[in-house]
Amino acid sequence: MFRLRLTGFRCYESAQLDLDARPIVLTGANGAGKTNLLEAISLLAPGRGLRGARLEEMDRHGAPEGEGWTVAATVATPGGMVEIGTGHRPETVNRRVVRIDGKQSRSQTGLSDHVSAVWLTPPMDRLFTEGASGRRRFLDRLVFGFDAAHAGRVSAYEHTLRERARLLREGGDAVWLDTLEGDMAERGVAIAAARRELTARLARLCEAPAGLFPGAAVAVTGQVEEWLDDGPALAAEERLRAALRDSRPQDAAAGGAAVGPHRSDLAVRHLGHGMPAALCSTGEQKALLIAIVLANARLQTAERGRVPLLLLDEVAAHLDAGRREALFAEILALGAQTWFTGTDRSVFDSFSAGQAQYVAVRAGRLEPATGRVPF
Amino acid sequence: MTDVERLIQLLARLPGLGPRSARRAALHLLKKRETLMGPLTQALEAVSRTVRTCSVCGNIDTLDPCGICSDGKRDPAVICVLEEVGDLWALERTGSFKGRYHVLGGHLSALDGIGPEDLNIAMLVERAQQDTVKEVILATNLTIDGQTTAHYIAERLRAAGVSVTRLAHGVPVGGELDYLDDGTLTAALRARRAVES
Repeated sequence: MFRLRLTGFRCYESAQLDLDARPIVLTGANGAGKTNLLEAISLLAPGRGLRGARLEEMDRHGAPEGEGWTVAATVATPGGMVEIGTGHRPETVNRRVVRIDGKQSRSQTGLSDHVSAVWLTPPMDRLFTEGASGRRRFLDRLVFGFDAAHAGRVSAYEHTLRERARLLREGGDAVWLDTLEGDMAERGVAIAAARRELTARLARLCEAPAGLFPGAAVAVTGQVEEWLDDGPALAAEERLRAALRDSRPQDAAAGGAAVGPHRSDLAVRHLGHGMPAALCSTGEQKALLIAIVLANARLQTAERGRVPLLLLDEVAAHLDAGRREALFAEILALGAQTWFTGTDRSVFDSFSAGQAQYVAVRAGRLEPATGRVPF
Repeated sequence: MTDVERLIQLLARLPGLGPRSARRAALHLLKKRETLMGPLTQALEAVSRTVRTCSVCGNIDTLDPCGICSDGKRDPAVICVLEEVGDLWALERTGSFKGRYHVLGGHLSALDGIGPEDLNIAMLVERAQQDTVKEVILATNLTIDGQTTAHYIAERLRAAGVSVTRLAHGVPVGGELDYLDDGTLTAALRARRAVES
């Protein structure tokens, strides 16, 4: 990304940054707007961004009603420079406007041809200890980087799942239920297959320790995945359809559905001592997560010829000096444009002069910083 | 509220018009009272008096059955199923469909409380069972709910013994492959067909 412009976005009235491919370090006090900036960048890829916020939530606080927001960037892609713009306009209530090279794009999917982004944020520190839904979302985001249609399948599946739940609660037509379950089986197996394929490719890259980052065993677990291990996708669809039909009484009482890819989980194990990620120390969990994100970036580079944007919010401060240096070295070797945030500039001192670009964030203003300014 | 303000308020409720364009439309009508407002008022009155929903296909017309259902030149063997009357108008504009229609009046949506009994589906099943009907074309929207509705109808029509088809999706006329998204291209590849010679 070579230029980034924001207007009316959260705490930013208007801001612009000119950049090059080196890692970017955003420093500033709490609440200065560092994560907001990462969120703006995350919206250059399809989806709801790193906070999963609604469009109007990202309107600038105190802005006149109906002003909306925009995020625009000039991005270098294997096909050349591309101008990408996205935003929220009051007249398009629930729809994010996307423009690529000045042309309105019909959907967000067009963004995935040019930008893919992976992020780590402080709430993700609990990814391995909290519920499986966060891990599924994390895995799905990795899949989007390779298969843009995955996002559409996931949201269509979730919509149909909600439709079925409502119908079961209200006692609906059996043919209608059959139809919804047929659609769920078809999309559900496609979702599980895409997750399973990516996890298998990722697992090979995660096995070997990378510098001070541990080797990790990565697998996706769940009933539909087991069926895919046993036989062809069509057979798995048939089994999912039958299982959904059988679980109707149970699902009517409990809500949701007892079986499906919305029950799957991403299982990660520390290969150094063989412990499941949830039982590792906080620091080890973070190192495992970083190892997976780095492996994903390497895989994208190898398979798609492009490196994803890495948005690492408050990641450096939580690593010991050795791991931090290993992370910086790995990032420099990857050539991924990586955005770091931190309150303390000294955390990034192991980047040697000229290896990174520094930006000071102060109350919604961005200032390129060169000297070693203490915060 | 004055009469003019009320007119503006009502105009603003029309799709595509906001308060500003409603004011402009009202002003235009006021200026063209003889040539536009008078005939428009009469047309609105006449249509509101005579408009009805076709009891056969769900189309909106001033006749029942509608002009299409009662047109002997239209092929009764083919029924094209649509979500809304606007979709019917779109197909009629092409002038390329010579069969009959069936308007559902929306799509299935459990979350919005719209079930099969709220749509014009029972009538469709009844029509499809007539001997004259040979093919039902499902032309619901390619949205998630539109597709669920199409699958549902296909299931309900299974017993009727008619051939059930759906519109092709793929490369648009005048489209360049280079600019198409992967999903559309994949759909077009799957729906390819032999070149007629």
